[in-house]
Amino acid sequence: MITKRIIPCLDVRDGRVVKGVNFQGVRDVSSPVELARTYSASGADELVFYDITASAEGRRLFTGILAQAASQVFIPLTVGGGINTLEDFDRVLKCGADKVSVNSGAIRDPSLIGRAARRYGDQCVVISADVKRVNGVFTVFSRGGRDNTGLEAVEWIRRCVGEGAGEVVLNSIDTDGVRGGFDLEMLRAVSDAVSVPVIASGGAGRVEDFVTLFKTLPRVDAGLAASILHFGEVTVADIKKALRDEGINVRI
Amino acid sequence: MVGIIDYGVGNLFSLKSSFAAIGEACVVSGDPEVIRRADRLVLPGVGAFGDAAQKLRDSGLFDLVRDEAKAGKPLLGICLGMQLLFKKSFEYGVHEGLGLIPGEVVPIAGCIPAGLKIPHIGWNALLMRVPSPLYEGVPDGSHVYFVHSYHAGGCREYATAVTEYGGLLTASVQRENVAGCQFHPEKSGQVGLRILKNFAKM
Repeated sequence: MITKRIIPCLDVRDGRVVKGVNFQGVRDVSSPVELARTYSASGADELVFYDITASAEGRRLFTGILAQAASQVFIPLTVGGGINTLEDFDRVLKCGADKVSVNSGAIRDPSLIGRAARRYGDQCVVISADVKRVNGVFTVFSRGGRDNTGLEAVEWIRRCVGEGAGEVVLNSIDTDGVRGGFDLEMLRAVSDAVSVPVIASGGAGRVEDFVTLFKTLPRVDAGLAASILHFGEVTVADIKKALRDEGINVRI
Repeated sequence: MVGIIDYGVGNLFSLKSSFAAIGEACVVSGDPEVIRRADRLVLPGVGAFGDAAQKLRDSGLFDLVRDEAKAGKPLLGICLGMQLLFKKSFEYGVHEGLGLIPGEVVPIAGCIPAGLKIPHIGWNALLMRVPSPLYEGVPDGSHVYFVHSYHAGGCREYATAVTEYGGLLTASVQRENVAGCQFHPEKSGQVGLRILKNFAKM
């Protein structure tokens, strides 16, 4: 049976990993490529590179790094950040990305998902949604969580999947950075509504949070982790061992 | 020299990098002369069967790949490239493939219980059926990375490994010098690199 996936997420700005480089455990890792190799060697099932670069020069550095990582790390790579057009898809796919994650770009122009899915296949298009409760309603935010779009999240995600998105990354703004566990309520609402894989993001603080995630919500396929790994407190291998000990199927 | 057949389908970056990582010379090409000169061939592919088969024909490589394989040159089909090895596919209509291995490509939906997600995406275990040169040094139960909605049916005698996803899906096949992997060895970590290395020696 298919395994639950553990996916480290690397935020890259102007060619450097933003979170983590100064923290214990990864402090002597200076490049995203090195970090990608470290994660891959410790059992990461996939990597997400998130480009939070603002400048064109930074973008060029990013694609260079992506190509380097893709030529050395032989697991699936997803790229997100600043994806607004089919040309953006093309740019990162040519550098070795396997999947492309869209967020604000799809909110601005929802036809982007369908056009990309027809050209590159559904499996290539990931909808990433930043979601927060507003008066008790799961609401989609854009531009890195800054703008309230007024879109109801479950409906929005269902629509994106209908357009051709082959996978969903659900980032809960409410639990992000709190490190008190994943947003199980929000994840349940979304994973019950769609038939494509759902990746949980936001809130992982301890190894046990992954166990709770997959035990409570067996329909969730993967857990994304950033700070919990970058801070060096736990490794991908630790998470997988805990999952395996609880009878959850993982690749070790 | 491994020849990776470029017929305008899919991203060949990772495949090329994988062969570089294991120290095997390879060339990505759609030139018939280069393909004829290669010692062994890899047929990649993503997307829909009908489109890919048509592109292979349009590129003038369809007959060449079939003839080279029939003449005994080792050929490895990957993902949709594996499906192209079969005679027929039922993905959006009925389409004709290379016919190098008996069997046909059918939706996995018919082989697994309702409610399981399709495509079958992620890491799943190889359940070895018969010894295969591709799996030398690869333990039974090793995980590899799959992304597909169709698989090869009616090819039991050529299946070298299956994988379990509600039902059994064909993970790999081999008939003499022609092999196919439904999964992506170039995305399957060290196990995948070992499989490509084995192919380079096949």
